[in-house]
Amino acid sequence: MKVMAQMAMVMNLDKCIGCHTCSVTCKQAWTNRSGVEYVWFNNVETRPGQGYPRRYEDQETWKGGWELNKRGRLTLKAGGRFKKLITIFSNPKLPSLDDYYQPWTYDYETLTNAPLQEHTPVARPKSLITGKDMKITWSANWDDNLGGAPEHGDKDVLLAEISEKVKFEFEQTFMFYLPRICEHCLNPSCAASCPSGAIYKRSEDGIVLVDQDRCRGWRMCVTGCPYKKVYFNHRTGKAEKCTFCFPRVEVGLPTVCAETCVGRLRYIGLVLYDADRVLEAASVPDDTELYEAQRSILLDPNDPGVMAAAESDGIPRDWIEAAQRSPVHALINTYKVALPLHPEYRTMPMVWYIPPLSPVVDAVSGTGHDAEDRNNLFAAIDAMRIPVEYLAELFTAGDPVPVDSVLRRLAAMRSYMRDINFGREPDASIPAAVGMSEEEMYEMYRLLALAKYDERYVIPPAHAEKAHGLEELATECSLDYEGGPGMGGSGPFGEASGGASPVAVENFRMLHARQTGDSVTDPADKASRVNLLNWDGKSTPKGLFPDRPGGEGGPPAELMDGTDPNAESEPKP
Amino acid sequence: MNPMTTAPTEPALQHAAAEPGTLGVLLWVILPYVVLVLFIGGHVWRYRYDKFGWTTRSSQLYESRLLRIGSPLFHFGILVVLIGHIGGLLIPHSWTEALGITEHTYHVTAVVLGTIAGVSTLGGLAILIYRRRTVGPVFSATTRNDKLMYVMLTLALVLGLAATVAANFIGGGYDYRTTISPWFRSIFYLRPDPGLMTGVPLLFQLHALSALALFAIWPFTRLVHMLTAPLGYLTRPYIVYRSRDTQLGTRAPRRGWERVR
Repeated sequence: MKVMAQMAMVMNLDKCIGCHTCSVTCKQAWTNRSGVEYVWFNNVETRPGQGYPRRYEDQETWKGGWELNKRGRLTLKAGGRFKKLITIFSNPKLPSLDDYYQPWTYDYETLTNAPLQEHTPVARPKSLITGKDMKITWSANWDDNLGGAPEHGDKDVLLAEISEKVKFEFEQTFMFYLPRICEHCLNPSCAASCPSGAIYKRSEDGIVLVDQDRCRGWRMCVTGCPYKKVYFNHRTGKAEKCTFCFPRVEVGLPTVCAETCVGRLRYIGLVLYDADRVLEAASVPDDTELYEAQRSILLDPNDPGVMAAAESDGIPRDWIEAAQRSPVHALINTYKVALPLHPEYRTMPMVWYIPPLSPVVDAVSGTGHDAEDRNNLFAAIDAMRIPVEYLAELFTAGDPVPVDSVLRRLAAMRSYMRDINFGREPDASIPAAVGMSEEEMYEMYRLLALAKYDERYVIPPAHAEKAHGLEELATECSLDYEGGPGMGGSGPFGEASGGASPVAVENFRMLHARQTGDSVTDPADKASRVNLLNWDGKSTPKGLFPDRPGGEGGPPAELMDGTDPNAESEPKP
Repeated sequence: MNPMTTAPTEPALQHAAAEPGTLGVLLWVILPYVVLVLFIGGHVWRYRYDKFGWTTRSSQLYESRLLRIGSPLFHFGILVVLIGHIGGLLIPHSWTEALGITEHTYHVTAVVLGTIAGVSTLGGLAILIYRRRTVGPVFSATTRNDKLMYVMLTLALVLGLAATVAANFIGGGYDYRTTISPWFRSIFYLRPDPGLMTGVPLLFQLHALSALALFAIWPFTRLVHMLTAPLGYLTRPYIVYRSRDTQLGTRAPRRGWERVR
């Protein structure tokens, strides 16, 4: 047994209201740069729906993940090492930009500098790829809230697997939101697909990262990932992916998406797993056994044998304790309400989901019946095959039994807690009906409904507490490095070439570039772009205001240069 | 310094072992060593200075229809050309003779394979350049550095193919293995013999010079991706595990400030 620790996440889909705050904050933190305009490390999909990129779940087309070959051995679906090298000059299975979407901005400048005319000037959409006018036809969440479902609904890959026809008619359909990040798999097919060996799994916390200095842009990882969560930066020519916000997690903070989630539906914690059994678990013959197989390689951190093995494998004591308190482990293995996304890809994903009960609850309450009554809910779970089958396609390779069991537990909790909230005698037969004790049920309720910040995010800091080495501290001059802070811009080999500069200097330069950029859509020069999302309202980017006649451009000096005593220091809401 | 104007004229070709002269020493002794230093030193410097910029800079995300044809055509073609050059330049005449390969067999194989590979390489390059110019996003992602590289690459390819075609289909064939190849090897023996190159046909001389120019700019262009062709992929384990960097931040800690393990 080789015990390894994995930083993992669970999302409670019942609580997701589809507000996209996680996506936006993630984008602001990580992909707010040219070259990754189309990239969302975190995205929220409405299901049923095509997802982002479109129809990414159709592995017969995209060939992501692993499959068992004729001899029952695990192989990459897109082909082995030799085939990868033969097709390296033109990856035959790379999604095009149209499968994601053409990123765009608007020509806001026209609004302010258009000459006097009869019609109101409009800000035309401009492609961030070509810089030309474009027609917006798709985006990362174009089918949000089932928008366009009558036309596009049947393009959902999972619907083809379901026996009954889903009707996209008002009051006859169901929907829920599915936030997705990189799964930080135990058996990552992106890493296995990387010809350069640049993608690696960190042995301490299992976070899957791309070494930007070793990536050569062969693009095989994009094909290899069945979740299409590795992206190609078309400006730097390197692959990028969700980093599980490792700089935050290393110091004990949750990821940006989890921190900013308004529904508080994300849980982060450690799980311990047996690295020696990953391959065996990923190779079980039947797709529907993969959920159980994956659950079985997660170790019980309270087992003295596991604790001893973990310590001998070099896992620090406080990490083992964190694994014992881990909400992720509790939801996956103690309460058994979290399920992995698409286990049939055989990558052993480590972002798990509590399937939503809301389609069932909505349907029951829609008929005027009591949606908190156990019998009504159980009957509805039995009767509503479409949502259950759909969820099973997402989480258990099509096997409805585990989904049924999770939904029953959630329904039982709902019904059991109502008695307590109304001050009635709690009914012990309700938890018993789903195989739980009253204490367990109440603890599960606490974790799902009440858990505070430190219970939802149990993140032991990395053992690297070394303040002096951190960039931002003033123990020595943080600009004191080769080349110095005056360098700025890129090296001679295109964008972002040259040696790395400290984060503090890079942030300073980017802020400066954002605040002084002057043209709206010129991808050839990222330093000259005004992205209103980035604008903090305090600076005066050139191009944001029309040129002053005879002046150098920019806003009227008395308004924006800080000399006007009446000027607002903060923008008005 | 333009070799066009100062290259040996037809009568000079008759005396193959003629004295090289100052220009000959400049072109066939000094220049190759300068290029060698640039090529090796440039790669070392680039790798140390610009690991992040060391990439293929693929434009497949912008356009893949033309790339699907052009890129494999060019790359597989140039790999055959590379193997042909290794066979022709590095392997001495006597070795192939010892293997029982007659001059005629060698020559026919080399010309046929070389022409096919050369034409497909050039065809692939033509498709790629056409694509680079006409597809908007690809063109706007093209740097001046790329343009220079494309000019030098095309020049070397066209001259090489022209030399082969001119020597074999118009002339009666040219046995470069008695002149160019020994000269090429002599550079690496550190006993350069410029005299071997003086009698070589003009097109071959120009091809050699254009190749030297290409090698000189090589480390400073996107061509560096060739040196990191991922052959290690065939042998490494699928999943790479790595410990988190012991170094925090981008600078190495000062002596005495290293992390305590």
